[in-house]
Amino acid sequence: MGVMKRVTMVFRAKANKALDRMEDPRETLDYSYQTQLELLQKVRRGVADVATSRKRVELQINQLQQQMDKYNRQAKDSLAAGREDLAREALTRKAGVQTQLDDLRTQYESLQAEEEKLSQASQRLQAKVDAFRTRKETIKATYTAAEAQTRINEAFSGISEEMGDVGLAIQRAEDKTAQMRARAGALDELMASGALDDMVSGPHDDIQAELDRMGAGHGVDRELEQMKAELAQSAPRQIQNAPAASADGNSAETQSATPLPPSAVPAGDAAQAGDPE
Amino acid sequence: MIVRILGEGQLEVPESVHAELNQLDADLESAVDADDEASFRSALVALLARVRETGSPTEAADLRPSELIVPQEDATMDDVRKLLTDEGLIPG
Repeated sequence: MGVMKRVTMVFRAKANKALDRMEDPRETLDYSYQTQLELLQKVRRGVADVATSRKRVELQINQLQQQMDKYNRQAKDSLAAGREDLAREALTRKAGVQTQLDDLRTQYESLQAEEEKLSQASQRLQAKVDAFRTRKETIKATYTAAEAQTRINEAFSGISEEMGDVGLAIQRAEDKTAQMRARAGALDELMASGALDDMVSGPHDDIQAELDRMGAGHGVDRELEQMKAELAQSAPRQIQNAPAASADGNSAETQSATPLPPSAVPAGDAAQAGDPE
Repeated sequence: MIVRILGEGQLEVPESVHAELNQLDADLESAVDADDEASFRSALVALLARVRETGSPTEAADLRPSELIVPQEDATMDDVRKLLTDEGLIPG
């Protein structure tokens, strides 16, 4: 006997056991319907849980994407500043984040598929639960207990099988979301603790610090250049002013010196005056 | 004949493929018995492919039980063994 047949028998055995327990099937059908509604609630909660996990992973993907963009920007800034060593460091970190990001994206897709499957399972179960309710009411209204037993067998087996399948799907989804939560929690913790700073760094990582410092350095250099330029412009003015001042002094000296020749003139005059002698 | 793929729902498959599906199912079972992962994977993929090729989905409100139930695509050999042996695995 193959796998399919044996799995089918396990499912069928479940349904038969439940059917055997029914004393008056018409009452048990109501109980079964209650169980179906409870499972329907459970599968809907399951869809919501998977969606919550998926959104959390989505948030982390966005955070890591921002991190990648930042490293990219830093690499460009570093190259523009002629710092290939810093650019290389930024790109190395970007590659590290990329690995995390790829991993998260794979998990995101798997969760998305799980959510879709579970949501469809929920719709199928809803349709069968509705069909079962109708069948049950008809049977309760029309048949005796003994007749009801045979009338309901197939429908009961059918919905029992669906419930078994949905139950398995919920278990699978719970396992996956539990794994996912653990991983997402670990990543959140790493991000919060700063332990991932080397790879997923905060706003004050060392590449940025170096770039900022260089940026500040450039600013200081620029300011220095500006000051030098200002000085160079104002210095000739001072030199011009200074010569003007000394020219004034010179002129004062020349003025004070100018009377000298006249005083020399008298001397010359005197000499001249003495010469004719 | 109605075949259920676990986690995906039921398909109506023509009786004419019944023998072929049984053969593919036998391959699957010997792979599980031999604990042969590669054969198990290829047998499961082949079986599911054939069911999907030949089957068409039943109405969601159809209450008929399935004649055959196939494990889902990503089922491991361990999952299948549990399906076959552990009664507690199937809730409800």
